Amino acid sequence: MQIYLPIAEVSVNAFLLLGLGGLVGILSGMFGVGGGFLMTPLLFFIGIPPAVAVATQANQIVASSFSGILAHLKRKTVDFRMGTVLLVGGLIGSTIGVMIFNVVKELGQVDLLVKVCYVVFLGVIGGLMFFESLGAIRRARSAAAGRPRKLVRKQRGWVHALPFKMRFRTSGLYISVLPPLIVGLIVGILGAMMGVGGGFIMVPAMIYILGMPTKTVIGTSLFQIIFVTAFTTLLHAVTNYTVDMALALLLLLGGVVGAQVGARIGLKLKAEQLRILLALIVLSVCGKVAFDLLVQPVELYTLSMVVAS
Amino acid sequence: MTMRFLIWLTLVLSVWASQLAAQDVVADLSQNRVGITASFDGSEILIFGAIQRDAPMTDTEKLDVIITISGPLTPVMVRKKSKVAAIWLNTEAVEVDSAPSFYKIATSAPIQEILSETADLRHKISIPRAIRSVGAPEEILDATKFTEALIRIRTADGLYRVEEGAVSILDRTLFRSQVALPSNLIEGDYTARIFLLRDKDVIAQHDTQIDVRKVGLERLIYRLAHDQPLAYGLLSLAIAILAGWGASVVFQYIRT
Repeated sequence: MQIYLPIAEVSVNAFLLLGLGGLVGILSGMFGVGGGFLMTPLLFFIGIPPAVAVATQANQIVASSFSGILAHLKRKTVDFRMGTVLLVGGLIGSTIGVMIFNVVKELGQVDLLVKVCYVVFLGVIGGLMFFESLGAIRRARSAAAGRPRKLVRKQRGWVHALPFKMRFRTSGLYISVLPPLIVGLIVGILGAMMGVGGGFIMVPAMIYILGMPTKTVIGTSLFQIIFVTAFTTLLHAVTNYTVDMALALLLLLGGVVGAQVGARIGLKLKAEQLRILLALIVLSVCGKVAFDLLVQPVELYTLSMVVAS
Repeated sequence: MTMRFLIWLTLVLSVWASQLAAQDVVADLSQNRVGITASFDGSEILIFGAIQRDAPMTDTEKLDVIITISGPLTPVMVRKKSKVAAIWLNTEAVEVDSAPSFYKIATSAPIQEILSETADLRHKISIPRAIRSVGAPEEILDATKFTEALIRIRTADGLYRVEEGAVSILDRTLFRSQVALPSNLIEGDYTARIFLLRDKDVIAQHDTQIDVRKVGLERLIYRLAHDQPLAYGLLSLAIAILAGWGASVVFQYIRT
């Protein structure tokens, strides 16, 4: 069934969009990521104009994240305090990110910026996560085999040496507010530049830098993603008129269902398995984008509309 | 005096006679409005007409028809990638001043055989002529490559197309052509031009407008997004939250 999208001004298959939303929704529910890093390239691929894709998927992520967080609220795995600190950093960061985005847009290099960001961040984060989870799985195996397991003392690194300490009861942490604030800020900047919520950066940062338990990470990440993407949606709607309600509706109908399914799958998997799976998905998207940058494109020229001033 | 009058009269008469001999073209479309609804999946327009002649037709006379349909003209930025330190990135850009968002040509015979360069230049019939590009930056030497790229990309997207032989002429008097409009149309005033040609030159022309407009829900959403952007954004968010909550409730219900 073909549907003409009022803002994107293209006709696409409605079931394709529902399926796409569902797929990304499952990831969202499983890993606590918005899924924008996957959705944005997929929407480009099916012919949605980039500006519309970026703005609309922000709206769609609000829905899937909201659906996802409800499941986490029930289990009390949302650290509101941590979420709020991350959010404050995130909103400041995304404002800076949009400013950088607009400067680079004038230079005609948005394409490059977005792609390089994708390769660098997806590559680094995916790689780190992959090897760490592989190690964790190996340790669990050797422990199961009865070999003596090395006792690892909880690390008390530089994160714990900073001032302005705050107690985050849900996460069982007593750390400075500066690291979460900075994490939120950096994620906000990158998210706005790459047109994503930034969950795939946020989740590993919370686990490895802030030392939060994986269970609270997902709910908390969703909490901050809802607000950051809602803010982004409004920003795009007011300044660029690029939020396509019909496109968003189809994606989010698939997305909310997917998120519920994903949250249930996520409960059945071990934390290491979840992480290694996310790492593999992140790495494959990174590989695809890198491939596009390095291999000579079939069409060297690209067209873009000139907005009448 | 009489002599001068006679000369003048013959002149007038000969002009009048040549005008009589010069055929005219009348045409109409099956529809002058194309409504883009939510289920819009392209459309077909039938263009038909007649060649009016006031002088009896000669056996050697060969008339041809070219029909063009053009979307709204907009400026387009064309960027070219080249390899810089192993990475392909945008290095050059040319702004094409005005290019139709959609352009279709239907002819009654191969275009080379029925249209001269000069006539094309004057009436801007072929695709390269329909695109206007002046003032490319000086450092770009191969500006025509950018226009060619624009045509290549839009042709691949099904937006530009030349259909030779798509106009059928009956009894050298009636003609018709079916023009398909793709699903990726944009809103605007489209122009249909019908050219009557003889000896590779345009001897008559008929223009009509086609209104391509979003209708119904499409129009409502589009207008709201542009007229009330804040309300539109908030409404989008409300829908998102509601859908997220709804899915959660439904799943809760299914599980219990």
